[in-house]
Amino acid sequence: MPDHRALRRTKDGALRSMNKFLWYVPVLSAVAAWQILSSAGVIPETRLPSPLNIANGLTELLTTGLPPGFTLASHCIASLKRVLSGMALALVTALPLGVLMGYWNWMRNVLRPFVELVRPIPPLAWVPLAILWFGIGDGAASFIIFLGSFFPILINTMTGVSSINKRLVEMSILLGAGKSDLFAKVFIPGAMPSIIAGIRIALGIGWMTLVAAEFTGVKSGYGLGYMIMTARDIQRADQIIAGMFVIGLIGYGMDWAVRRIETRMLRWR
Amino acid sequence: MELKITDISKSFTSTTGERIEALRHISFTASEGRFICIIGPSGCGKTTLLRIISGLEPSGENGIMLGERELNSPTNEIGYIFQEPTLFPWRTLLKNVGFGLEIAGVEKHLRRQRAMAALELVELQDFGDFYPKEISGGMKQRVALAMALVVEPKVLLMDEPFASLDCQTRNHMQAALLRIWEKTGKTVIFVTHNVEEAAFLGDEIICLTSRPAQIKKVVKVPLSRPRDRTSPELNTIRKEILTFLEEERKAGRLSVGASD
Repeated sequence: MPDHRALRRTKDGALRSMNKFLWYVPVLSAVAAWQILSSAGVIPETRLPSPLNIANGLTELLTTGLPPGFTLASHCIASLKRVLSGMALALVTALPLGVLMGYWNWMRNVLRPFVELVRPIPPLAWVPLAILWFGIGDGAASFIIFLGSFFPILINTMTGVSSINKRLVEMSILLGAGKSDLFAKVFIPGAMPSIIAGIRIALGIGWMTLVAAEFTGVKSGYGLGYMIMTARDIQRADQIIAGMFVIGLIGYGMDWAVRRIETRMLRWR
Repeated sequence: MELKITDISKSFTSTTGERIEALRHISFTASEGRFICIIGPSGCGKTTLLRIISGLEPSGENGIMLGERELNSPTNEIGYIFQEPTLFPWRTLLKNVGFGLEIAGVEKHLRRQRAMAALELVELQDFGDFYPKEISGGMKQRVALAMALVVEPKVLLMDEPFASLDCQTRNHMQAALLRIWEKTGKTVIFVTHNVEEAAFLGDEIICLTSRPAQIKKVVKVPLSRPRDRTSPELNTIRKEILTFLEEERKAGRLSVGASD
């Protein structure tokens, strides 16, 4: 094995980093073309600011903040905090429930109608009720995120557990495994690939939902959605786009992080 | 330890609502250290019989005695090898083998030692850190064997364990199994549909009829080991079983025809 690794590094290591760079060439050219068209006056600056102006807007967001004093970092932290608290709540509820629903058919059958009725309701449709229950603020936002990420985790955990090889379960029983052994050593590790896939989906949905929720009124001074709405109020298209860019970047970063954890945890696949 | 099966019958209801009798009055005794093969036409209920002995299926009122003790639920005194190698894909081979010990609460250091010894027994000591996806089907089945053996069961039930292996690997596995069996002295119940396999492995071969499975014939194999697969003596035994199976197949077809 070590031979192969060494081989790969020496033989096409340089080629690989070159390749990695090459994949970004089309994106960079597109941005360059955009800049050129903007500078030439083909794209009106008031409608779609040039990349350079967006970059300036971004710098301003980072330093001065919008409104002044409310920097980009603090908006990001506020949004992330809401997403992560909603996600955490979804994890501690959906995971055990999903395991039980995967294990007991009767439980799956009893709960399925509830799940199937509530699941299609877009998380954003809960905003009015969330505000009524929790007031405008972090509580309502976290609740929306919780709703958005609960079902992907639940469904994936359930499917993961129920699709575990029955022979594996029987063999564990023959080797003396009791219920708690089965859950801890067979069902949960066996369902892990599916669970992690569910978390990835949940994180994506949670993040998208959050920013949208912040648009529609769940705000408390901080948050990326709130920041973008403020930029709209003062007609700063550059900062709107800069904010959108940051949303995309963070979403991408979170997914990347989960994928990293996934490959590390699921080396056996 | 002696395994005594007394009068096991089993029927079940098919999806079409038909009552199907799978096993009828099955009784036999596997004395300690014996290698018993069970052979019969496919679909005759061999697997059902093994599952009942293991406790995975309820046995009804009649019993399975292991020594002086009556068995009616799964126990780690009975090891089971499935037709398809059944390993935890997320555990390394060493940790797969250690599973039964982990469940039994064996302390980590000792667990590792015993799992390693079991891997050595199946000659996979160098593969302890591999994952199941990285090894071949024959190797997987050897790991499954180590997994079952590590908790030191009294009896080993094997359900066509080599059926999905290619011919050469199967021959090799049979020899390996005999070597391990001689070393550990387990009582083995080995289900197969392969006549040569039964004749090569077994001390005695229990022949089942087609459904409902009944014991119609028990062939003793008084040949010493290692056996020569091509010897005339082994061929005589093969012929005896083959003749029986052919008759059963015809009888089975007749009875199906009659019921239609």
